[in-house]
Amino acid sequence: MSTLADASNRETSLYNFAYLDEQTKRMIRRAILKAIAIPGYQVPFGSREMPVPYGWGTGGIQVTAAVIGPDDVFKCIDQGADDTTNAVSIRRFFARVADVRTTEATDEATIIQSRHRIPERPLENGQIMVFQVPQPEPLRGLEPRETETRAMHAYEEYGLQYVSLYENVSAYGRIAATAGYPVMIDERYLMSPSPIPKFDNPKMDMSPALLLFGAGREKRIYAVPPYTRVRSLDFEDYPFETQTWEDACALCGAKDSYLDEVVLDDDDHRMFVCSDSSHCATRRDAGFTGPMSGHELARGEDGDTA
Amino acid sequence: MAYVAVKGGERAISHAHLWLEEERRGPGDVAELSLAQIREQLSLAVDRVMVEGSCCDADLAALAIKQASGDLVEAIFLLRAYRTTLPRFGFSEPLETARMAIRRRISAAFKDIPGGQVLGPTYDYTHRLIDFKLAAEGGAPEPAVVAAEPIADRLPTISDVFSKEDLLQVDERSDGAEAPFDLTRDPMSFPAGRDQRLQALARGDEGFLLSLAYASQRGWGSTHPLCGEIRMGEASVEFTPPELGFPIELAEITLTECTMISEFGGSMERPPQYAKGYGLTFGRNERKAMSMAIVDRALASGAEASETPHAVQDEEFVLYHSDNVEASGFVQHLKLPHYVDFQASLQFVRRLRKEWTARREAELAAAREAAE
Amino acid sequence: MSVLDLSRVTPGFTDPIRDSQRIFRAVMTAMSRPGLPLALAAPPTPPAGLDAASAAIILTVADFETPVWLDPALVTGAAAPWVRFHCGAPLTDDPSAAAFAIAPAASSPPLAAFNPGDSKYPDRSTTLVLMCEAFVGGPTIRLEGPGVDGAVDIAPLGLADDTVDQLRENRSGFQCGVDLILTTGSYLIGLPRSTRAFVTTTQP
Repeated sequence: MSTLADASNRETSLYNFAYLDEQTKRMIRRAILKAIAIPGYQVPFGSREMPVPYGWGTGGIQVTAAVIGPDDVFKCIDQGADDTTNAVSIRRFFARVADVRTTEATDEATIIQSRHRIPERPLENGQIMVFQVPQPEPLRGLEPRETETRAMHAYEEYGLQYVSLYENVSAYGRIAATAGYPVMIDERYLMSPSPIPKFDNPKMDMSPALLLFGAGREKRIYAVPPYTRVRSLDFEDYPFETQTWEDACALCGAKDSYLDEVVLDDDDHRMFVCSDSSHCATRRDAGFTGPMSGHELARGEDGDTA
Repeated sequence: MAYVAVKGGERAISHAHLWLEEERRGPGDVAELSLAQIREQLSLAVDRVMVEGSCCDADLAALAIKQASGDLVEAIFLLRAYRTTLPRFGFSEPLETARMAIRRRISAAFKDIPGGQVLGPTYDYTHRLIDFKLAAEGGAPEPAVVAAEPIADRLPTISDVFSKEDLLQVDERSDGAEAPFDLTRDPMSFPAGRDQRLQALARGDEGFLLSLAYASQRGWGSTHPLCGEIRMGEASVEFTPPELGFPIELAEITLTECTMISEFGGSMERPPQYAKGYGLTFGRNERKAMSMAIVDRALASGAEASETPHAVQDEEFVLYHSDNVEASGFVQHLKLPHYVDFQASLQFVRRLRKEWTARREAELAAAREAAE
Repeated sequence: MSVLDLSRVTPGFTDPIRDSQRIFRAVMTAMSRPGLPLALAAPPTPPAGLDAASAAIILTVADFETPVWLDPALVTGAAAPWVRFHCGAPLTDDPSAAAFAIAPAASSPPLAAFNPGDSKYPDRSTTLVLMCEAFVGGPTIRLEGPGVDGAVDIAPLGLADDTVDQLRENRSGFQCGVDLILTTGSYLIGLPRSTRAFVTTTQP
């Protein structure tokens, strides 16, 4: 048992920079380059077993680990917020294994890893968005077989997708998809934007930032280069539309950001607050207020007002 | 009642970890488990963790079981996540299971086969009565009786038995073949080769394969399997380093191997004979090896079939869903926050409901008017 | 495989982990911003026959899993043992079997000689590094497509006369196609298959 006893002294510093070994990084980097060259196409890659479970962002973590360097500034959000448990956990992982500076400010970050949101502040050229993707295949809900969906992409046979959207229209009078709303990349590949709300879809169209998508369990990487057309599917008489709220953010008063609904009591009282915690804090710092400014939700972890 | 908004954060995580560690250890007045105890006295759990963790290291598997408080799927995950950081040197020579040092070997196909039936350490004929003597610790068991004659070096396999008559499908030997498919380095691709299929099944969840094999037996894609042979014992692992050019023995490992046979009626190209399903696991794991062999054969029959196969014969279904580390992760990730997508859905359902109510009221009003 | 003559092999990266990360980011930026010339800071000293950028790129992306094709003019020189030693990459003399290929722009086989991938797996295509004489002074090529904000003009010197035709042919087979990286000295320009190329009379 001496080998295990020796290993008990082992520090994380014995792991490679950014955790992954160099051969794995090269393999992922090659997949990323092909993903960029074929926008919206899902490149199969030899996804590794990571020290966090599948579903917790193993794809995003592998993509980030393959691109991140010591000069990067890393931001990580989940549901738009920097302080959600898994975002904290992933941010801490990279601070530890890649020794990078981390931030909550969208404009300071060079790499933003995200689950389910794109920040409200417009992304800039040079920034990289890394999306954690549970199911990369936009057609999977319609066709369970990979062999079939791969052929559909190969021959650009997206009729099934349109039929399904049309069935929505017949049943509900509108397209039912609200998150993970399918998009067409440069008029060629149908792509799942990951389960971001359709509110965020327009942010991808001609975005100056590079968008990278990592699906660890499904072992796929795909990308949207900067300045690329991203069209949300729709019909002429049923055009694409995003979510809107009657309320403004209760804390900062924002009327144009994606809002989370917070249940306040058993008496049907709700408040709506910005899902993008950094956006909300920035606005509050600039003096913007909402109807419930000063609510405890605006306070940081240690009780200080964020 | 007012709810307190929960904020995640670093403190919550580290506190949770401390609590978990306390739960793992349990009361301090109970002696702590040693890895040797787990390795030697919970050896079947160790075997399962090794095979599904794709890492033949009993000490590491025992440590993973200890760390996971006996949750074997969690232990398998721990072992996999460690394994993935190890350098890969190459692949071994094909294992010569025919030369295995036999501890158990039985065939259900014949009353006796050359070398004889060797019962070995098995639960098969134990009466499942709780042994209350074990509750009071201690006491060495009565020593097992040692056979007067050792078992032969090389016991013929079920394939040898059939070879003269060519009655059993022969697997092509892969000596000097290219590197076998490796799921730990390349993603699943279809149609899957036998190497990819067998690797996926060996790593596959025991419970999932057991249920699939059972469903197959009950008629959901049956191949009418018969247990040609099960053997368990120690086999040597040999590796040829490129710089040496000849094989060297790396280790001797315990394996359980199962060959299931099922009737094959023959085709234009092949005469009627028996087809084979194959199962192999680290350690002693007969349930897994037998299930694997049945599913292997069912998948082969699915590839031969023309009509829509049953689930057990559908390789995309079986191979994509047999991995418990993937399955456990994806099922359990549903507990991560999804409130952004849920808010999107909630808005949609509220809107639909408002429209439905308005429509319904209008219909009722119209009906009332018509009635008046 | 012949025996590697190490006496002719000059050093590769000084800090393989940091250097390859840095170079990769430049290559990734180049591929996601076609037509934008990028400078590589502190690339390794290239072996004779390669420029600094092509040497840095191949060190960053190639390994034992990626067959590399070198232009026949490079195979006999110092580049071949350098690539084999530092990348561990197998060399191939068949351009259509290459994951990566390097050629002087003037003598490169046509793009059609390389692997365009297949319709279900278009990622299994060759990435071709073309070493140019300079990034100015050649005929102007206008680029549009993903990664290009509007349009961008490039004028690399030393490309074959029918390059624009080849690029259009390459684009017409999208999703299949060869991805190009142009290099000169320690500079590179990405030209992925998604880019549309046009002849233009406008001066850059």
